[in-house]
Amino acid sequence: MSTVDEAVTETQVAARPGDPEITPELIADHGLSVEEHERILGLMGRTLTFTELGVFSAMWSEHCGYKNSKRLLRLLPTEAPWVIQGPGENAGVIDVGDGYALCFKIESHNHPSAVEPYQGAATGVGGILRDIFTMGARPVAILDSLRFGDLDSGRVRYLLGGVVAGVGDYGNCMGVPNIGGEVVFDRGYEGNPIVNAMCLGLMKTDELITASASGIGNPLMAVGARTGRDGIHGATFASEELSEDSDESSRPRVQVGDPFTEKLLLEASLELIASGAITGIQDMGAAGITSSASEMAGRAGNGVEIDMALVPVRESGMTPYEILLSESQERMLVVAEKGREQEVIDILEKWELEAKVIGRVTDDARFRVLEDGVTVADIPALPLTEGCPTYEREGIEGEDIKALRAANLIEYLLPRGNLTRLFQKMLGSPNIASKRWVYNQYDTTVRTSTAVRPGGDAGVIRIRGTDKAVAATTDCNGRFVYLEPRTGALIAVAEAARNLVCVGALPTAITNNLNFGNPLKAHIYYQFREAVLGIKDACEAFETPVTGGNVSFYNETDGHAIYPTPVIGMVGVIDDASKIVGQAFHTEGDDIALLGTNTEEIGGSEYLYVTKRLVAGAPPSVDLGKERALQQAVLVMAHGRHLNSARDCSDGGLACTLAECALGDGEAAMGIEVQLNDDLAPVATLFAESQGRIVVSCAPEQTADVLRIAEEHGVPAAKIGSVTGKGSPFRIVMSEGRVDADLDKMAAAYFGALPNIMDAPASSGA
Amino acid sequence: MKVAVITFPGSNCDYDLYKAAQQVGADATFVWHRERGLDGYDAVLLPGGFSYGDYLRAGAIARMSPVMEDVIEFARKGAPVVGICNGFQILCEAGLLPGALVRNDSLLFSGKDVRLRVERADTHFTSEYHPGQILRVPIAHGEGNYEADEATLERLEGEGHVVFRYVDAAGEVTDAANPNGSWHNIAGIINDDGNVLGMMPHPERAMEELLGSTDGIGVFTSLAASLSAVAS
Repeated sequence: MSTVDEAVTETQVAARPGDPEITPELIADHGLSVEEHERILGLMGRTLTFTELGVFSAMWSEHCGYKNSKRLLRLLPTEAPWVIQGPGENAGVIDVGDGYALCFKIESHNHPSAVEPYQGAATGVGGILRDIFTMGARPVAILDSLRFGDLDSGRVRYLLGGVVAGVGDYGNCMGVPNIGGEVVFDRGYEGNPIVNAMCLGLMKTDELITASASGIGNPLMAVGARTGRDGIHGATFASEELSEDSDESSRPRVQVGDPFTEKLLLEASLELIASGAITGIQDMGAAGITSSASEMAGRAGNGVEIDMALVPVRESGMTPYEILLSESQERMLVVAEKGREQEVIDILEKWELEAKVIGRVTDDARFRVLEDGVTVADIPALPLTEGCPTYEREGIEGEDIKALRAANLIEYLLPRGNLTRLFQKMLGSPNIASKRWVYNQYDTTVRTSTAVRPGGDAGVIRIRGTDKAVAATTDCNGRFVYLEPRTGALIAVAEAARNLVCVGALPTAITNNLNFGNPLKAHIYYQFREAVLGIKDACEAFETPVTGGNVSFYNETDGHAIYPTPVIGMVGVIDDASKIVGQAFHTEGDDIALLGTNTEEIGGSEYLYVTKRLVAGAPPSVDLGKERALQQAVLVMAHGRHLNSARDCSDGGLACTLAECALGDGEAAMGIEVQLNDDLAPVATLFAESQGRIVVSCAPEQTADVLRIAEEHGVPAAKIGSVTGKGSPFRIVMSEGRVDADLDKMAAAYFGALPNIMDAPASSGA
Repeated sequence: MKVAVITFPGSNCDYDLYKAAQQVGADATFVWHRERGLDGYDAVLLPGGFSYGDYLRAGAIARMSPVMEDVIEFARKGAPVVGICNGFQILCEAGLLPGALVRNDSLLFSGKDVRLRVERADTHFTSEYHPGQILRVPIAHGEGNYEADEATLERLEGEGHVVFRYVDAAGEVTDAANPNGSWHNIAGIINDDGNVLGMMPHPERAMEELLGSTDGIGVFTSLAASLSAVAS
């Protein structure tokens, strides 16, 4: 795909007056290597103009060109009978039955959020929403996967506050409920927060529209907000490391969002698609008009010609270079049916927005840019979008990681004093504690379809007019991936799938957001390769193909990379919404059963981080066959209505999972009496993050069926205790030691942790 | 019952309100904010959302919309008008209800379930509840902090125009149960003539067990009952 030698050039394009001279420094500043520049010269058969250099710089950036990831990403499974649209479009689409399709994707906005948290996060949400509604789907849910440094830093608190407000304000204004996600705190994300936003959209299967520029002579129209000077070179910005001075100097490269305009654009776009007056539509996202126009041309095998003088702009005096590379938000590029331009204009006008013809589809397969009729860029379209060189680099595991993984953790398994006090400390760790402070800033119930709100394993949206519902979750434990990338990636996919079956949903497909450091470093590339291979293995085992996603490299500050963090956004389908399984214990006298086996695998656990600030050891082992059996067993239990609750064991281990089930939303906390007689160190029984475990509760008369179904699937299962009801203590008794906690104190630790940190007066400053 | 659901640019609960009205048997129609004339409708509903992005001040621009002249006339004739969330803000801005909704005292958007106490069960909008009934209904707003001058508050309280109040699970008016700093924990009020209701919580989101609560249905069944009483 990347061999491009048919390039021919016809026109000599003259430099614009005022354009800088193309020097090696200027080329380097545009993020292009000497070899890449030479390759471009070969394609073009002549030197580049400044405008053309800008275009190549954006399209051949890591962000748009996927040059260091593409070869590995090709290994991922992308097909299944239910996949309608795999990778390559604005978003993936799967068939969920009853005539409905689910469109979904995840995307990162890490760098903008690091320098301007509010706008960075807000425009991240805006971008992913546009990816969904340009496919013809109405956005129905948002999830956000966020990672920050430790909260004892004032700057981190400022970033958390800004990011959460940005995610909230944008989604709230759009009227799209937030149904879940994750928030993680670890020093590994100190200088470089991770802000990934996922969106789900629903449509009738016949409403799908794609982003291709078909129909020679069809007009190209700029739709929505005007183009300004904001966000120029955002795509290139996203493709380099942050440094100490990224803060102030990079702000102009961060876009500013206007969710009100986007809400109008959403309604107008869906009306446009329904009208049949357009044949293609794409968000002007990263690299703005350049990427949307060239990619739409490339997909159709056609050319485009656009005149910069026709583009509605916010300020005068903008050069073609600036207009082409602006990342002003809330804009769309639309290909209209020739002769129906006025219909498009009328629909936009109803929504108080603009639409203007700026060019047309051509048959010469060129990406041609004019300025008032004078050609300023003329580039073969397909090589521009597909010809970016791709690299497979050398990946070598860092020696430091090998040593960390081999660390002997035996001393941390020894009895550690008062287990009840330790347990309460764990509950108050920001990673375990309730994230209510975050999601209470989100509208979770607008659109009146949220069947399961944030706070549990997965969020659920019902599909009106059917019995069905769709569930979604995001997951990744970056510590595990850091310590052993392949295992960590397997765990990310396995946990996502466990989260979905816990609400009764069949895992169906994933989108991934691969957040890594600088891939030119061998130890980072190693992490990336291993993680991709892990995702591949797990997705094949669970039959959850990858329908798209996003790669975010260069997540480094002053040379320090984040933990490798391949966030998995997984979706699942529930055929009968009345069979959704709850997350909390709710009936006194219910039995509690553990599916899966406890182990002493405490490597990479929250327990080590809370007690020793230690990230070391091997991550827990994972057996894909056993995971799959566990998932299938839980689905059978859910479909048979045997369960009153199900919850996955992950961060903080079994004890924290039991606590979450007992506390619920805090209004009807339930005591428990649990007996665990395995021969393990008590801290491991309580806090080890062994894989393949789910805690369920059921009416006592269902217990025999639950255990039988587990056995039929080869899943170890045992009744471990019962729900003792309101006002009773929370008690876990082991052969050596016990946790005997008071529900009110647990609630104070669990629900109070984040508000105590974030609402304190000292947290307002940066 | 013919119900108009007004859609402003930026409304985002219009569809939810439309479905809620349908659920109690109403014949609901979306009315775009530039359309004129509300003849033939029995009730007008102003939905939540962010009309005009809440720019300037929540509801301040929407109240200039052409249709608002008709809404005001509709209300002056004594016909029922309900504004929920942003709709409540617009009604205050338009002068159909007294007071104002300012930024939550936490300075944060607040989205969660709250408990409401029904203070009046003899209005067009609450007759299907019993006095003192405790409802569980979601809120979702950044500017829901109800304020009015002393005289207005005294009149609202004295004349029984406070219809819903934020309370705790036990039905007590407490600061902890007040999600936004509203004076007197006020969540919803009616006008002097009793035909205009404004409330910050979203009863239209509490209409189904699947979604967590059915406590909001009463607002819509009360309205339907009051209209059928007028008709008969």
